Amino acid sequence: MRYVDEYRDPLLARALAAEIRGLVTSGESVRIMEICGGHTHAIYRHGLEELLPNEVELVHGPGCPVCVIPMGRVDDAIAIAETDGVTLATFGDMMRVPGGRGSLLEAAARGADVRMVYSPLDALELARRDPERHVCFLAIGFETTAPATAVTLLRARAEALPNFSVFCNHVLIEPPLRAILETPGLQVDAFVGPGHVSSVIGTEAYRFIPEEYGRPLVVSAFEPVDLLQSIAMLLRQRVDGRCEVENQYTRVVRPEGNWQALAAIEETMEVREDFEWRGLGVLERSGLRVRDALAAFDAECLFELPGARIEDPKACRCGEVLTGQIKPWECGVFGTACTPERPLGTCMVSSEGACAAFFSYGRLRRPREETPIGA
Amino acid sequence: MPDRRRVVLRDERVTLAHGAGGKATHDLVRALFLEELGNEALAPLGDSAVVGTIEGRIALTTDSYVVRPLVFPGGDIGELAVNGTVNDLAVAGARPLWLTAGFVLEEGLEIATLRSLVASLGAAARRAGVAVVAGDTKVVERGRADGLYVTTGGVGVIECAVAPAPERVEPGDRVLLSGTLADHGMAVMIARGDLKLEGDVESDTAPVHELAGGLLELGDGLRWMRDPTRGGLATALNELSDQSGLAVRIREDRLPVRAAVAAACEILGIDPLYVANEGKLVAVVAADAAGEALARLRALPLGAEAVEIGVIEVEPAGMVLLDTALGGSRIVDVLVGDPLPRIC
Repeated sequence: MRYVDEYRDPLLARALAAEIRGLVTSGESVRIMEICGGHTHAIYRHGLEELLPNEVELVHGPGCPVCVIPMGRVDDAIAIAETDGVTLATFGDMMRVPGGRGSLLEAAARGADVRMVYSPLDALELARRDPERHVCFLAIGFETTAPATAVTLLRARAEALPNFSVFCNHVLIEPPLRAILETPGLQVDAFVGPGHVSSVIGTEAYRFIPEEYGRPLVVSAFEPVDLLQSIAMLLRQRVDGRCEVENQYTRVVRPEGNWQALAAIEETMEVREDFEWRGLGVLERSGLRVRDALAAFDAECLFELPGARIEDPKACRCGEVLTGQIKPWECGVFGTACTPERPLGTCMVSSEGACAAFFSYGRLRRPREETPIGA
Repeated sequence: MPDRRRVVLRDERVTLAHGAGGKATHDLVRALFLEELGNEALAPLGDSAVVGTIEGRIALTTDSYVVRPLVFPGGDIGELAVNGTVNDLAVAGARPLWLTAGFVLEEGLEIATLRSLVASLGAAARRAGVAVVAGDTKVVERGRADGLYVTTGGVGVIECAVAPAPERVEPGDRVLLSGTLADHGMAVMIARGDLKLEGDVESDTAPVHELAGGLLELGDGLRWMRDPTRGGLATALNELSDQSGLAVRIREDRLPVRAAVAAACEILGIDPLYVANEGKLVAVVAADAAGEALARLRALPLGAEAVEIGVIEVEPAGMVLLDTALGGSRIVDVLVGDPLPRIC
């Protein structure tokens, strides 16, 4: 497959792994956090950790958009879905996310009309095809997916569709990164920056990380060779004594981002005062809402929502997993009370979540990592 | 049997009357089902088909088919309903003998569509060397079914001394696959049109009884067989590792996936290991029988692309491992949720 196979070339991967080994000193420890869930998934799917020397440890960050949605927002979505005459459309991964009253999948089994779509434009099409029903799109995701929601809102307005709305749960990447960087005792030395988000916001947006927090970041694409090259670039910076933002994903990401996508977001959405994140708590200016000018398409204006804040289950340590403080398997309920089949925390729901990726692909490696040195 | 007057079916669409048991039902059965599927055992239309005697152990199976759309590139629900059930018998080590077919029809289904699907079912049965000896038809109101559901039952006979089974699998045995992965699931998904994806992908629906028959002749060398349908190869191998208590280690660089299928999976973020196949066989054979087994598979058109994909090991017990093309490894876990609903 062109444009894929090149980036999965075993010979190239081995050469990069050798380069990485040459960039670390025996016995040292470098902790690198990949921010994006897509990276987490790729790391496990291709078994990349086995190619890395013991000195390099990968920490899985908060960039799984499904994993950061708090339980209260899931309950709000269920309330919309259970309204008479309403169809709720969303991405497949959202269907199994547990709220306080179960998941959307369970709501569907009770009779709610919940549909899986691949794009917000598919939800718009559902609304066009069935004017008798109101179609609400449950929008989630970072700046990556926000432009598609924005374009959908603009199209709904252009067509003056009376039966379509968006329940906006879009979030921004900078606030959780700041929250992580300000975690006391943070043990992350460098960051692999998200690829898709960066295609929208550009690389300049991360300059605060080296400048204010003294950590380097390399924006990376998603294939295994890309990730290995990004890790090598981060280690090269350390060796050279540099600390800056670099771009490995030059085939897609531009320093200034995508102005059209940013303009579409700007036209349709504004930053909320605060937004609750699963595991991270309430973060200021971290979420997006639909602008008042488009209130006719804003589910938060159209529906009576419970809007309750629901505490994460006490046993669930998603927050510490999301901030890289513990490995998924260090959580007491990992693999027991919390499994991909019956997730307690959101990190176990999406295949991009750190816990689900570790459970599904990597749990074999756990005993080796658990063995205390000198025991 | 008395010579009956030929019945002509004039209706253009299935109505509730066709399921009422009266004349319309009768006409539908005679002018459509009997015409397309007719054989000596079915023809008397008795309450039960009375068939011959069986020497050997009997294998029984049943499966329901609810695929949407009814016709897809490479096959249709009629062909699928035969092949799926024939394959379930074949991989149990049985020679398929007879099928039954139950149809749930939706009011409004075009008779011409029904006829072509039943004809396809009949042709598939003839290809697999089995007779459809009993059947049933029900009609439900419009909107209560997607055109047509089919349930087939199958009877086969096990003639070998020791049937393949998970408990016969031993460390060191080899894992063979008869051809490419994920063709059926992706073909149906693309045919459905919801994804705005186009691609030259055809379902692999086919009877694997000849492939299975060839391996059965290996005797003791054949340990275990499955047709990796719903849940794909990953699910079939997880069942094997679970039931045998052994580890299955497969190699990513050996897994055959057609370019168009791989591309569709890549776009949708779906792992071809978890996508349904409807004409493939995965087998475990003794290491010293692997060469002969591969040769037997490759000698048949359906097995031309057969490959050895892995090996059975002791540890980690009860797990399936994949050596990635890059030189890493990962667990191939059981599927949670359903990435592709209603594909068979």
